[in-house]
Amino acid sequence: MNKNSGNASFFAKLKAWPLLLPVVSLILVMAVNIIHDAATGINPLSFFIITLNETTNSGSILYGRIIDILNRGSEVAILALGMTLVVSSSAGTDISVGSVMSLAASFCCMLLAGYGVSSTNELAVPLVVGVLGAFLMGALCGVFNGTLVAYLQIQPMVATLILYSAARAIGLLLCNDLIVYVRNPSFAYFGSFTGPIPTPIIIAAVCIAIVALMLSKTSLGMYIQSVGINSKASRIAGLNSKRIIFMTYVICGLFAGVAGLVNSSRITSADSNNVGLYYEMDAILAVALGGNSLGGGKFNLAGSIIGAYTIQAITTTLYALGVSTDQAPVFKAIIVILIVAIQSAPLRAYFRKRSAAKALAGREAAKA
Amino acid sequence: MEDNVVLTARGITMTFPGVRALNGVDFTLRKGEIHALMGENGAGKSTLIKCLTGINDFEAGEMHVAGIDGPVKNHSTRDAQNVGISTVYQEVNLCPNLSVAENIFIGREPLTKLHTIDRSSYNKRSQKIMDDLGISVDVTQNLENYSLAIQQMVAIARAVDMDCKVLILDEPTSSLDEEEVEKLFKLMLMLKDKGVGIVFVTHFLEQVYAVCDRITVLRNGTLVGEYPVEELPRVKLVAAMMGKDLDDLAEIKGESIDLSNAEMEIEAQGISHTGTVKPFDLKIHKGEVIGVGGLLGSGRSELARSIYGADRASTGTLKVKDKEVNIKEPIDAMNLGMGMLPDDRKAEGIIGDLTIRENIILALQAKTGMFKKLSKAKQIEIADRYIDLLSIKAPSPETLIKQLSGGNQQKVILARWLATDPDFLILDEPTRGIDIGTNTEIQKLILKLAGEGKSIMFISSEIAEMVRTCNRMVIMRDGEKVNEVDGEITEERVMHAIAGGDAS
Repeated sequence: MNKNSGNASFFAKLKAWPLLLPVVSLILVMAVNIIHDAATGINPLSFFIITLNETTNSGSILYGRIIDILNRGSEVAILALGMTLVVSSSAGTDISVGSVMSLAASFCCMLLAGYGVSSTNELAVPLVVGVLGAFLMGALCGVFNGTLVAYLQIQPMVATLILYSAARAIGLLLCNDLIVYVRNPSFAYFGSFTGPIPTPIIIAAVCIAIVALMLSKTSLGMYIQSVGINSKASRIAGLNSKRIIFMTYVICGLFAGVAGLVNSSRITSADSNNVGLYYEMDAILAVALGGNSLGGGKFNLAGSIIGAYTIQAITTTLYALGVSTDQAPVFKAIIVILIVAIQSAPLRAYFRKRSAAKALAGREAAKA
Repeated sequence: MEDNVVLTARGITMTFPGVRALNGVDFTLRKGEIHALMGENGAGKSTLIKCLTGINDFEAGEMHVAGIDGPVKNHSTRDAQNVGISTVYQEVNLCPNLSVAENIFIGREPLTKLHTIDRSSYNKRSQKIMDDLGISVDVTQNLENYSLAIQQMVAIARAVDMDCKVLILDEPTSSLDEEEVEKLFKLMLMLKDKGVGIVFVTHFLEQVYAVCDRITVLRNGTLVGEYPVEELPRVKLVAAMMGKDLDDLAEIKGESIDLSNAEMEIEAQGISHTGTVKPFDLKIHKGEVIGVGGLLGSGRSELARSIYGADRASTGTLKVKDKEVNIKEPIDAMNLGMGMLPDDRKAEGIIGDLTIRENIILALQAKTGMFKKLSKAKQIEIADRYIDLLSIKAPSPETLIKQLSGGNQQKVILARWLATDPDFLILDEPTRGIDIGTNTEIQKLILKLAGEGKSIMFISSEIAEMVRTCNRMVIMRDGEKVNEVDGEITEERVMHAIAGGDAS
């Protein structure tokens, strides 16, 4: 009896856990891998196996599907951090992050290579200048978006549409219409390895830690949610709603700059037309998969991060299943539909009703 | 139906989820009369109008319109226009970027034989309509080139031209200046002579007596009565709207403390907010409870809001503790030791998806700043203290505020301000929607806070509450501070002052 009630409260707690569905989605994707591996006769747990492999140019590095997901998912995870805050404060999305990634990458490579240089092995300026340049450009784009949304009160999607379409072109302008290659190992570092660990994983972890620290040590998190839930009441209670919304866009832009740096470092170049392409959609999706309402207000950062890696897990899984790159988006779409549907309010209400009805029927039966 | 009656409504009933907005209301409009529909906000004026014009489908009751056999039930404003009922709202809903003539004929343009729009004909006809009404405009000009009053008249002209028998004017004067109001009245009287029945909704008492023939008063969704204007002087009208009979009001407040020598907390000079509050002077002493009385919509909330910076004052100077200050945003006022509990709890008070604890500490946290986060332990301590002090009924401080009843939500917001330890606290309708017990507690709390040397501005629709707690009362009417009642405050004196009679 006692054990029983203990179980019930555990399930009740589990049900109330906000991360339940994001985590279940991620587990589902993993399960697909396990089943597939088992069916094809490979070790079913090969998904989880991490090995230390020797390579010719990077020394010994960690290798495995999980590592790959964490590595490849870094950019979206970094973007999702900023996107979560933007969605919460302004009930809108920043659709410019992908383009801002590209612009930040272009600016960084332009600084490192020098204007008009298409390929270089030597850095024109110290690496740190390029890196800070990327961050600064990202933050600057955030300032632009934030000004439009918070102070001029333009619809977030419309406001960020401007840089969505313009940022890549500005990047090309900075690079004199060239794809700038920076073939220098110090620049390639951000997209390669730190010891055996892929650097993007470390960068993403640091970003997550910074945001988590910011949210726990300052009251920014409460301010953002408060403004997102009821900006009028927040203002009467002494919050500067506009400034808070503005700040979330600057933070979002800054992280787009970081993601841009990582993304271009992977290919040691700034390809304006391809860096960060469609990443804004993945970032928004990550927020939604994390169980956050795109209507603003309450947010759950951990959910968004799990969402970001879920998206990458889906992609990696599809490749593992042998789905070609061209068809992958179709399957990805189907999986996303399923995950989003599970989390939708009407379906959840339906399942709640059913389980309640079942519980009632069970009690009636017990009585009889 | 009598010969001169153009519209009768009998037993109109309308319910919204949880609220009976109208309960068996009767309304009769005669030919060539201007009929004022009066009542406080929430009395059911707008709902009744919406029932007549087809925006709301009333549930019970019957409506008859002259010249139409059988009961009429409108399902849209178009239905209403077809039976001759036109409405002009406070907000002009015409197209500012079209010409005056286009606005008059939009949706029913005269056509040529080729089925193209006959511009010259409708320009001519529009000009004639406007000339007939004595409004001098060039009908080919865009509407936006004209003042709000003219725009309103164009809206009326459009309604009149559609052969209307009943013209409903819903707060048409609230955004007009005096001269424009005069023009509008002239037009209304002209239409009255032509036999149009006009329903006039306004919260300006003077205007009722300036043009109306009859008054129908609603309160809480029920009909109080219909009176010829001569038989309902102002004081009686106010009494009818508020539901108090002057004869009943004999309650006298006990001794009042003389605070005229106390330190000055707030000194406002010529503060105004364009469109809502005309310039006013106000002095509030330390430890004083000052009441702001007036009908809803008289500018009493706006007066408080312009001091607090919720609506930034357009003119005037404000001194706090004898120092001149500049308040741009509520946070500036808070840093000067102010706090304000707004009257619209849902829209401006609660942060629904945050917990009780977060709602309580929000203002304090905003005041201390983002980087000085109150520790969780401190937050819980503060929340627990006020949950205890105000006996907020909730399962835990971590309950979301939206799950509480209205009264408990109000207490949480009150706690939010008490937690900031303000010197000057504005309480706008703190007792609205709160049960009697809590109501008394809040009044006691106000007196206690004043005893501690805090100044309180207390705004309420319940005059009795204010009479019991206030040292002095400011009376607002039509956005203007018209009177101050001090010394021996009685309900009778206050109501006289609100109605515009002699306060003494």
